[in-house]
Amino acid sequence: MMVPNSVVFEPKPRRKKRLSKNVRDAIVAYSFIAPNLIGFAVFTLVPLIFALVLSFLKWDGANPMEFVGLANFSRLLTDKTFHRALCNTILYTAGVVPFTMVCALGLAIMLNQKVLGRNLSRTISFFPYVASLVAVAAVWNFLFSPTKGPINLMLNALTGIPIEELPRWAADKNWAMFTVILFSVWKNMGYYMVIYLAGLQGVNQELYEAASLDGANSWQKFWNVTLPQLAPTTFFVSMILIINSFKVYDVFITMFAGGDNQLSDTTRVLVYQIYNTAFRALDFGYASAMAMVLFLLVLGITIIQFRSEKKFVA
Amino acid sequence: MNKEKKGLRSSRMMIYLMMILLAAMTVVPFIWMLSSSLKLSKDVFTFPMQWVPEEPRFQNYSDIWTRIPLGKFIFNTAKLSVIVTLLQFFTSSFAAYAFAKLRFKGRNFLFMAYIATIAVPWQAYMVPQFIMMRQFGLNNSHMSIICLQAFSAFGVFLMRQFYQSIPDELCEAARIDGLSEFGIWLRIMLPNSKPAISTLVIFTFVNTWNDFLGPMIYLTKTELKTIQIGLRMFITQYSSEYGLIMAASVVALIPVLVIFLSLQKYFIQGVASSGIKG
Repeated sequence: MMVPNSVVFEPKPRRKKRLSKNVRDAIVAYSFIAPNLIGFAVFTLVPLIFALVLSFLKWDGANPMEFVGLANFSRLLTDKTFHRALCNTILYTAGVVPFTMVCALGLAIMLNQKVLGRNLSRTISFFPYVASLVAVAAVWNFLFSPTKGPINLMLNALTGIPIEELPRWAADKNWAMFTVILFSVWKNMGYYMVIYLAGLQGVNQELYEAASLDGANSWQKFWNVTLPQLAPTTFFVSMILIINSFKVYDVFITMFAGGDNQLSDTTRVLVYQIYNTAFRALDFGYASAMAMVLFLLVLGITIIQFRSEKKFVA
Repeated sequence: MNKEKKGLRSSRMMIYLMMILLAAMTVVPFIWMLSSSLKLSKDVFTFPMQWVPEEPRFQNYSDIWTRIPLGKFIFNTAKLSVIVTLLQFFTSSFAAYAFAKLRFKGRNFLFMAYIATIAVPWQAYMVPQFIMMRQFGLNNSHMSIICLQAFSAFGVFLMRQFYQSIPDELCEAARIDGLSEFGIWLRIMLPNSKPAISTLVIFTFVNTWNDFLGPMIYLTKTELKTIQIGLRMFITQYSSEYGLIMAASVVALIPVLVIFLSLQKYFIQGVASSGIKG
């Protein structure tokens, strides 16, 4: 393993005399940090800076790089496919964020009651989050299958609407986004439920007692005590959800049997566009300009979160 | 009083009902998966559903091992997950110790650099990272995935936050007793940070096990693939072999299910205390 030698072996007494205490302390400290720092610098920091530089270049990976200034970024402004991908990402975010939050909060409030089997229910609800995406996407893909899938067959049996008129889910480009959103909510809500459960532990119980004395019913208690008290948690949850939604791509590949070949103009998201521009069109500079847009979006959300967290804490 | 009790009972009934409904929503897809994995492909979609197949076809589970190198995929994934988790654990807890307990020049600056990159999405620099790895000759090797996953800033941050809650006096006392810094890390920090360690180890392992995009970009040779992209390859190649696909999916889920069920307490504590990123 990567145990730094200088840490395992104490500095020899002779060296102790020569080096000042500060220098010795620094050597020890840096040998603790070095294994991680080297890996981190080479595989995260350098590529990050490289990405920024690349966004000003034109490069296909083989021919010499060419400096093009802001050309990649001005191309973004008029690129319809890119706009489409950005819109799809925002649409996905707008669907996933509120939907997941409502489900997660509902689950958390329910499983915060002192009822039998709540620990088991918590465990069960959390499991889809850690389950393999490819495996669970395969199941949902079958369940949503348009003509023979159990979901449409059940809808048909319940409502009497003929199968042909029921939504074709992932197979229909107008329903595909909605289908992916449903799947995403199902997969991730257990995770946000756990965060909400932690938030609920922090709600001041005296407020409920006071509300009861004032004759508030459960609904009023929820609106006037639980929700306001959970505001910081809700804020935190929404920020993580937005950031994760901007980064989405894997869910879209795995929800379609044909992978991303099957993605249409209604399901191509930002990261797909970056991936495709870089690894298929080999337009590394342009892909990096798109990546910068993703970076700035996430950075913006993070700054908002950072600022408001200070406000919430203070 | 009586009325209130009745109301309480009926609201409790409602909660039970909703709990059952929600549990069903979560569990039914998994049961469907298991049941379909024991059927012939032509029987997977019969309606009404046959939850327990009349003649369970266990042969699916032996067939998948010959259709795709599933054993190889599982071995690759297990190997990568173990190596990444060990590296992540050692390097982050070492670095975290220095950031939390040692004084040295450049500490705040370096730590800020770590923090700043936590917020940067990997997808924003995956392209140059790939170009670099290719330059190093690391594409189509497991080394690329190890380098990609093993040095996260998040691990350092998580461990450092926890180490800070361990009183400095403990370290001081140990130093006076003649313990080296490495000794302090080993004998004082490690035993006192079990919750943080379990969170880090579990989530690194599961994230590496389930990672999809990284292996998809770096590992194109079949014999190098992990279970996730191997399974994905199987689904695209044999898209109508429903029974076999479900059997392979069950196999891909089992290791994480076992880890999850045996360590669920730590999973939930970990999320609740730090909001681990996905």
